[in-house]
Amino acid sequence: MISAALLIALALSPTAYATGLASPGCTVIAGAKVYTPTGPQDDLDVLLRADRIERVGPGLNEPGCARVEAKGLTLTPGFVEPWAQLGLIEVDLEGASRDDEGRGPDLRAAEGYNPRSSVVPVTRVAGVTSVVIAPSGGGLAGQAAWVDLAGGTQAEAVQSASVAMVWAPHEDLPVALYELRALLEEARSYGKSRAAWEQNRTRPYTAAPRDLDALQPVLRGELPLVVTVDRAADIESILRFAKEERLRIVILGGAEAWRLAEALAEAKVPVILDPLAYGPSSFTSRDARPDNAALLHAAGVDVMISSRQLHNVRVLGQNAGNAVREGLPHDAAITALTATPARVFGLTDLGVVAPGARANLVLWSGDPLELSTTVTGLWIGGEAIPLVSRQTLLRDRYLTNPAALPAPSL
Amino acid sequence: MRSGPLLLPLLSAFAGLLACRPPKPPDTPPPEPARLSSLEERGLSPVEAAPVINPPPLLLTGAKVMTAAGVTHDPGWVLLRDGRIAELGAGEPPAAQDARRIDLAGRVITPGLIDTHSHIGVYAAPDAQAHSDGNEMTSPVTAGVWSEHAVWPEDPQLELLVAGGVTTAQILPGSGNLIGGRGVILHLVPTRGARAMRLPGAPETLKMACGENPKRVYGERGSEPSTRMGNLHTQREAFYAAERLLRDWEDYTQEHEDWAKDGAEGDPPTPPDRDLAQETLALVLRGDILPQVHCYRADDMLNMLQLADELGFSIRSFHHALEAYKIRDVLAERDVAVSTWADWWGFKLEAWDGIEANAAMLAQAGVRAVIHSDSPIGAQRLNQEAAKARRAGAQVGITFTDDQTLRWITANPAWALGVEDQIGTLEPGKRADLTVWDGDPFSVYTHAELVIIDGSLRYRHDDGSQPWSDWTLGREVTP
Repeated sequence: MISAALLIALALSPTAYATGLASPGCTVIAGAKVYTPTGPQDDLDVLLRADRIERVGPGLNEPGCARVEAKGLTLTPGFVEPWAQLGLIEVDLEGASRDDEGRGPDLRAAEGYNPRSSVVPVTRVAGVTSVVIAPSGGGLAGQAAWVDLAGGTQAEAVQSASVAMVWAPHEDLPVALYELRALLEEARSYGKSRAAWEQNRTRPYTAAPRDLDALQPVLRGELPLVVTVDRAADIESILRFAKEERLRIVILGGAEAWRLAEALAEAKVPVILDPLAYGPSSFTSRDARPDNAALLHAAGVDVMISSRQLHNVRVLGQNAGNAVREGLPHDAAITALTATPARVFGLTDLGVVAPGARANLVLWSGDPLELSTTVTGLWIGGEAIPLVSRQTLLRDRYLTNPAALPAPSL
Repeated sequence: MRSGPLLLPLLSAFAGLLACRPPKPPDTPPPEPARLSSLEERGLSPVEAAPVINPPPLLLTGAKVMTAAGVTHDPGWVLLRDGRIAELGAGEPPAAQDARRIDLAGRVITPGLIDTHSHIGVYAAPDAQAHSDGNEMTSPVTAGVWSEHAVWPEDPQLELLVAGGVTTAQILPGSGNLIGGRGVILHLVPTRGARAMRLPGAPETLKMACGENPKRVYGERGSEPSTRMGNLHTQREAFYAAERLLRDWEDYTQEHEDWAKDGAEGDPPTPPDRDLAQETLALVLRGDILPQVHCYRADDMLNMLQLADELGFSIRSFHHALEAYKIRDVLAERDVAVSTWADWWGFKLEAWDGIEANAAMLAQAGVRAVIHSDSPIGAQRLNQEAAKARRAGAQVGITFTDDQTLRWITANPAWALGVEDQIGTLEPGKRADLTVWDGDPFSVYTHAELVIIDGSLRYRHDDGSQPWSDWTLGREVTP
């Protein structure tokens, strides 16, 4: 839960958090290098109306629309962090500021999302416009949601309250699979004989019916099961398990996924990875290597890039840049940060610069993955977002004279 | 080595025997008194010799040479001889017939990077209970322990740092304790024990901490410190005990001097008893050991500076120091270096006010800014972290040249560790620690291509030879 002190701080500085909730009109972003679904194209115009991209093309002239001259700049879809507890945790070490604990399939992370978290503006001013928020913890934790990093209410921010089921298997994988098999069997049985259950004519279930209900879309292959797993042997077991159970899965972590690149491609299983997480940091990632993303992409696996962070999701572009350094094609890295997570999590009108898509857009001073590049413009749901966060306010307060503390004037 | 470390204790022991004999001839000088610093040197002679380095002379030509000393030679050359930088410059290189010439056109040469804050070896990979050797959390003051004694030279992360262009790192104990023990400054070369990695001539350092960590660790056990009050109280008590020890040493030295002046009759005075923790703090008070202080909040740092003033010692560098920008006038005035990250924040409440422009605002105010890692991941890309810190400054019109930015990961950390006369810039006479980059060192796409330590090649990016670490042997990852 958000602290009282923070609520007061938010109340005192409304301008920093206001996102211009008045209905957005129309804007032409003119002349940028635009990352379209078919790759980057120079000197394109993009017309935004309300929360959508209306048109993309050269020489768009729309009288009455705001115009942003963007020649020499680069326009991409907003970056997507495919895995974080952003908005669920304010301060990691302060339990009272946390709403991220997983519990079971019917738990919904979206219900813990705080759209006024201080972390939201800090993250979006770096060009990240969406985050898949997931409950923490081991076992079947609950449902992840897709949030856009704008809006003052959950209703405005949450684009989909359920985009994945979250599973962090028990460290002992056979135990984890044993337990999940039993649960899925119950869920299947329950799904088939719900009417009988309501009349008390079925065997008793160990799991709560609400949890068994929540698993039905997973059993139908509609909702992906995101599985935290790094070791190649474990990935192999999980691929076999998913095939047997006919589940749609996504690998999260995947430090050794490169060893199973062909199998993952064959099974059409996407991988969320952190390109910086290499080196034998644990017993489950002994064979991690820096070009994991490049090898997976080359084999035809859908790759998504994560920061594996909460407060520092803003390093997403740097992480992708490191994957490019190790051989991932640049365009593929941009896709991994935008269109791929949108497609995998079922928000197909997001993550692209194309007519009809939701207008989550970032204007960059140069190569979006390069460390000298800055964000110069930001739109979420068509709305221009000021490049202000509590951190820019702190910076500006102390910029001139650190000893000049605020005082009222006479 | 400062002076004959092993002889002095022996001399002291003999002094008692000599006293029983008839008066000695008048031309024999009386025995020297024991010295606090000589006690310190007793344990420092290595069992394992430092790696023998006898590199052939190297002439690196055609590269852009960034010295981190205000000069860039483009294209430039560097001549390495006897493990040192012999000469460097722009334009036509010297003949240097005996040197092997390496053409590095299109590359950039910088000083080897220096990380002031690492736990490599004391929290070795793979992450395991058995590898948790960085926090002696059995007492809030463990000034007598040395991180050197926990550094596992087979930690496979060590060579990853070198692959990131890092040549020297300070390995520190963790921040669970108020005074966690001694740090050690290591040259990142393969050895069998950590002692042989010590950067020769580097001073001793001490890890101290303030704020949340110590009070959380001990508060949860119901013992002091459980508050910031307890933090300061425990620190002060420890240093006042050390101050008493220092006075005892002064008294002893005076007594010894009087005894010698009076003809060295009878038994010589006895030096104070050994106390490893208090001796360490006494050497901090004397300025011989450089405190490296983990703090986040501005007020915590001010309290530590107040403590240092009260006891009369200097803090060499704050570490993490996310709110240092708020007190950069004070830090500049006192010449305290600040080792920080480019963008970490928020993971605990004392890290709430971190801003990306911290390093840039500090550097602009004249503070020696350092980008450190505190992370095996971050240490592999200190150059990228420095680039981000520079960008944050540029966003508010505080701009830095490549050479100035480079100092955050070379010259400034060298100063923070007290080794600025040896490493940190490319200047004649300094150790030949260099990193050759395959492009702009501040680009995300650039690799460290060659890493040279003491004039010897230690890493080649395109090289598939065996790993240093025995742990990694047989686990090389090739698809």
